[in-house]
Amino acid sequence: MQSESFVVKQDINKVSLWKSTKPLLGRLDIEITERCNNNCIHCCINLPADDADVKERELSAAEIKSILKEAASLQCIEVRFTGGEPLLREDFEEVYIFARRLGLKVLLFTNATLITPHLAGLFAHTPPLKKIEVTVYGMKKSSYESVTRVKGSFESAWQGIHLLMERKIPFVVKGALLPANKNEIGEFETWAATIPGMDKPPTHSMFFDLRCRRDDGEKNRLIEKLRMPAQEGLSVLTRREDNYVKAMKEFCPKFMRPAGDRLFSCGSGKGSGCVDAYGKFQPCLLLRHPDCAYDLRGGNLRDALGNFFPKMRERKATDPEYIAKCARCFLKGLCEQCPAKSWTEHGTLDTPVEYLCAIAHTQARFLGLLKKDEKAWEIKDWQERIQGLAKGRHGYESKSRA
Amino acid sequence: MKVKAEPENVYKPAEDNVVAREIQGEFILVPIVSGIGDMEDEIFSLNETGKAVWSKLDGKQSLKDIAKALALDYDGPDGVIEDDGVGIAQELLKRKMLVEVKRK
Ligand code: SF4
Repeated sequence: MQSESFVVKQDINKVSLWKSTKPLLGRLDIEITERCNNNCIHCCINLPADDADVKERELSAAEIKSILKEAASLQCIEVRFTGGEPLLREDFEEVYIFARRLGLKVLLFTNATLITPHLAGLFAHTPPLKKIEVTVYGMKKSSYESVTRVKGSFESAWQGIHLLMERKIPFVVKGALLPANKNEIGEFETWAATIPGMDKPPTHSMFFDLRCRRDDGEKNRLIEKLRMPAQEGLSVLTRREDNYVKAMKEFCPKFMRPAGDRLFSCGSGKGSGCVDAYGKFQPCLLLRHPDCAYDLRGGNLRDALGNFFPKMRERKATDPEYIAKCARCFLKGLCEQCPAKSWTEHGTLDTPVEYLCAIAHTQARFLGLLKKDEKAWEIKDWQERIQGLAKGRHGYESKSRA
Repeated sequence: MKVKAEPENVYKPAEDNVVAREIQGEFILVPIVSGIGDMEDEIFSLNETGKAVWSKLDGKQSLKDIAKALALDYDGPDGVIEDDGVGIAQELLKRKMLVEVKRK
C-alpha cells in the first residue's frame, strides 16, 4: 500500500479527470426557462416572465432531475443553468440542491435581480463550486433600464450583487455593450476590478445573435440595429492592444484553417450539449434547427450523444455560397460562422453570415493577415501568413502606428 | 476543536457534506457544503489507499477491522495498513468528510 498523501486537493480546471478518453458527457447546459423578468432590447431568447403557456410547456423539476441524474451517470462533472433568467423558476432551489448533491458543479448565469437573502444564504452554505456569472447592463439607472426596459431592475440587480459580495460568494461580471451603455465601459471595468472573483477583465458581448427561436421579425430588426459595427467592435477588442495581439498570435496558428464542406468543425455535441427549456437536446445553446435537436422527452442523453449527434456532425454544407467562400476560407476559427450562427441569422445550417464575415475580415486586416481589399477565401499562402503573424513578421496595423 | 482518528473508532462518510464519485477511474470527493474546499473549483481525489479505505468506511467496521480486511487483499504488514487507515481518517475528519459513529 502507499502511505504518502491520501487526500489530494485538486483544481478541477487544471487537472484532467478524463485521462485518455473523454466521457460521453463532460459538461451539460440546461436552459431551464426561456422566460425572463427583464426585457432586454438585444436579447435573443427572452420570453415574458408571466407567460403561462410557456411555463406550462417547460420541463418540470422532476424531468430536470432525471436528466441531471443521467448526466451524472455519464460522468458529467459540471452543469450550467441558464435561461432566460434561471432564478425565475420557483423550483430553482430544489433543482440546484439536487444537482449539487449528485456531485455536479453548477455554473449559474443570471442577471442577479432575483438574488434574495435566502438564495445568497443557499449559495453560501451550498456553494456552486463555479463562480456565478452576472451580466450587468449599465452602470447607471438610466442606461441599465434603457437596456432591460424594466423599472426598478437596476436597484434589484445591485441589491443582488451586494448580497453576493456580503456573503463572499465568488462571482464574476460580464457586460453587454449597447448604444446606451458603451460610454460606461471604463467605469464598468474599473468597478469590475474591485470584485474579488475577477481575476481578469470582464468580457463584453457586442456582436449579438438574432432570435434563435426565429419568432420575432421586429425584434430581429431591432437587434440588427443594435449590433456593433465591425470596425467599432475591433476598437473595443483592441483597446488593450498588446494583450489582443499576443492572444491572437497564439490563437491563429492553433485554430484557423479552411474547414472544407464539413459543417461542424467545433466540438459541439461531443462530450457536451444543451437541453432547452422544453427537453430538446441540442449540440449547443444556439443551434435550434429541428434537424439538430433530439427530444429527451422520448429518449435519453446517452442515445443523443452516442448516436444522434455523431450522425448530425457528419453533415456537409450544400449552399453554393458557403462552398465557394466559407469552405475555402482560412479565417474559419477566427470567424464565428457555424451552423448555429447560420440558424439564428438565416434559418439554415450553411448560409454565410455577412455580419460575422465582416467582423472576421476586419480583425484579419488589423492583424496583417489580409490586405485592404483581399477576401480570405481567395488566399493561397494563408499558412505562411499565419506563421508570419505568430513569429511577428507580419506588421499589423497598430493603433499606435496608425 | 481538534479531531483525532482512533483505530478502535467507527466512521462513515459525511453524506451531507461530500459526494464521492468515480470518474474514469479517478476517485474524487466533491464538497457539497462550504468550508471543505474553501475556494471554487476545489475537489479532492483519493489515492489507491484512500480509495480502498473509503470504500470500507460503512459506519459498521472500526479502522482496525478495515485494516485487517485490507491486509487480506494488499501486501503489507498489519501495522502499516492500520496507520494508513488512521491517517486517511484523520485527513477526512479534518475536512469534515467523515463522521464518527458512536457505538451503542
Ligand atoms: S470570414 Fe466569411 S467566408 Fe470566412 S468563414 Fe467567415 S463568413 Fe465564411
